[in-house]
Amino acid sequence: MGLGLEGKMNPTDTPPSFLRRRLFSTNHKVIAVLYLLTGIFWLAFGGLMTLLIRWQLAYPWQPIPLIGRFLFPESGGAVTPEAYPMLFTMHGGIMVFFAITPILLGALGNYTIPLEVGARDMAFPRLNMLSYWFLVVGSLILLVSFFVPGGAAGFGWTIYAPLSSSTEVTPGWGQDLFILGLALDAVSILMGGINYITTILKLRAPGLSLRRLPLTQWGLFFSAVLNTLWLPIVAAALFMVLCDRRLGTAFFVAGPLAPRAGGQVLLFQHLFWGFGHPEVYILILPVWGLVGDLLSVFSRKPAFGYKATVLSMLTITILSGVVWGHHMFTSGMNPLVGKAFMFLTIAVSVPTAIFFFNWLATLWRGSIRLTVPLLFALGIVYVFAVGGLTGLFLALQTFDVYVHDTYFVVGHFHYTLAASVLFGAFAFIYTWFPKIFGRQMDEQMGRLHFWLSFVLLNMVFSVMMFVGLHGHMRRIADATAYEFLKPIQPLNVFLGWAVLGLVASQILFFYNFFHSLKGGKPAPANPWEAGSLAWTVSSPPPWHNYEVIPQVWCGPHEYGAPGLTDRDWISQADPRAKTLGES
Amino acid sequence: MWVFIVSEIMFFTGLIGSYIVLRLGSAGWPRPGEVLNTALLGINTVVLITSSLTMALALNAAEADRPRASGKFLLATALLGCTFLAIKIYDYAHMVHQGFTISSSLFGSCYYLLTGFHALHVLSGVIVVLYLLAASRVALSSTVVGRIEYSGLYWHFIDVVWVILFAILCLV
Repeated sequence: MGLGLEGKMNPTDTPPSFLRRRLFSTNHKVIAVLYLLTGIFWLAFGGLMTLLIRWQLAYPWQPIPLIGRFLFPESGGAVTPEAYPMLFTMHGGIMVFFAITPILLGALGNYTIPLEVGARDMAFPRLNMLSYWFLVVGSLILLVSFFVPGGAAGFGWTIYAPLSSSTEVTPGWGQDLFILGLALDAVSILMGGINYITTILKLRAPGLSLRRLPLTQWGLFFSAVLNTLWLPIVAAALFMVLCDRRLGTAFFVAGPLAPRAGGQVLLFQHLFWGFGHPEVYILILPVWGLVGDLLSVFSRKPAFGYKATVLSMLTITILSGVVWGHHMFTSGMNPLVGKAFMFLTIAVSVPTAIFFFNWLATLWRGSIRLTVPLLFALGIVYVFAVGGLTGLFLALQTFDVYVHDTYFVVGHFHYTLAASVLFGAFAFIYTWFPKIFGRQMDEQMGRLHFWLSFVLLNMVFSVMMFVGLHGHMRRIADATAYEFLKPIQPLNVFLGWAVLGLVASQILFFYNFFHSLKGGKPAPANPWEAGSLAWTVSSPPPWHNYEVIPQVWCGPHEYGAPGLTDRDWISQADPRAKTLGES
Repeated sequence: MWVFIVSEIMFFTGLIGSYIVLRLGSAGWPRPGEVLNTALLGINTVVLITSSLTMALALNAAEADRPRASGKFLLATALLGCTFLAIKIYDYAHMVHQGFTISSSLFGSCYYLLTGFHALHVLSGVIVVLYLLAASRVALSSTVVGRIEYSGLYWHFIDVVWVILFAILCLV
């Protein structure tokens, strides 16, 4: 398929006017930065919401100091019973779809894919811009939903029917706006996914075979494949919920709530998790790839078992589509079907273990440079191990029935989805900041940020698992209302303060980020001495990345190869790699 | 384009899959021909399949560098698409008049949701074909020929979806 892209983009083109260049740009680097800033905004927004949630759990129905009077004037500053479900719903929805997705797919994907494959832009630059603006419209709708009568959505981020699909129980328009915002976001991610797949398959520089692709790009590729396959399913389900709510249909309502002969309530859960479980991998696959690359760069060794790592990512991509049932063990499922889902879920641990041990083997006897990006990568290795291993327990039907819908599950998915993915976002920002903005972030502050985040994050999420094993249900607003939870209320107080510490320590990151934009040391083209293509161009890169499309001679991880004398790394575009032989 | 069509296929898979599950789990389902006007929808099927033929002929003509013939076939495709939509609107109006609406029964919900989304796809297809018609009038460059090819893929995809919908809604 001839896209004619090379001809269209002349490297000497001057950048267009300010507005076209900054806001309505089709340039992948500008779009990536817009994604990054949007994602960081929502990250802060969703992060601050946790403070309200944890305050309520630590000190139920007490007025919130300082800000409470402005947020909840009618109750004298305390979280109201109506507001609490809204808080955890919007926290989940915002973090998954509007914070992490824009940063890890939107920003990481858009910024690194064209640079790392040696292209001047994405395959479809205008589609790329459209995809970002769908996210903006979705974001605005989400913001508006807080201010409509009845407030924002409160049926949980999983939008379970019939709670979501009947206006008798969730009447507010905020609920519809949430679904609409999510649907727009889904369309946006879908357009991005089509772009990523096409770019990676069609616009690679000469010599850059798939076997020479950096692992991050592999992760993004598989993630985009999952997006194009599974997002349409949830989009269909979301439209059906909207029809149920506003057009009087009854796809997901039954029993007394249904106007006439009802549909099937459980069907929604199947459709949602049919997408929802792949979504976990959509978010984590780019992080896995990033970790693989970072461990290699900073231990100055080739990534151990490159081919096995890619193959296990592929295996997980395939398996992820057939494990959704493990979210529904207690929803009313044939035990035999449940058993099948259980075995398939446990099967995921095999490829996961393969690349996990590959990571450890990459570090083994390397010349480790303990930079901030590596600290975060190691942090991911640790928190992902905890999240993955607790996932093994949860995959067992018998155990899952016991802890279902408790804080054990909350702790588990925060280890995998929040801790790993958040550290992934930080690892990405700390690594690529010099390339994106041409300045370096402060190293000491970055270290402090890592250690505070790492310690506090583990405190928060491991204690969540403890209270979960004690039987603490998720989504309840007041644990002291239950006799058997009263003894562990001090842990909820502890969690409140730990979360406050965790959120507060992110100030370091924000200060470092925005201060370094102007005040950071100018960055060289290749501050990390990495071998992949992106680091051959200046920081920040020229408007169209490559004056001449580079010729690639070797894989991305040629560190410490025997033929090298003057330094321990070689660029993928360095012709001397020819004499080093095929990697 | 193929990647896009794969995601479109998954979208309709979600909808049609839900339809099958809902239908299997439901007690009373109308027999074929009981509610829907099978003859009218059958005519519509013929209309849409013919439009696929004219679309293929348009691509053939475009590749052979015969802009006039290609334009004629594109116009025919767009007109057939419009005919399909017109019959669809008549069908909807007639149905609603008879009291068969999106909220009257589960079958009604499924019927309007599935065919409604399909009709939206036909509508966007018609717009794309009209755009191609205008573009090929200016110059039948290789870019335009490529676009006719990709849009043709999309058009055939819409056609196939309709055939499946017709089968599961009207025939079984």
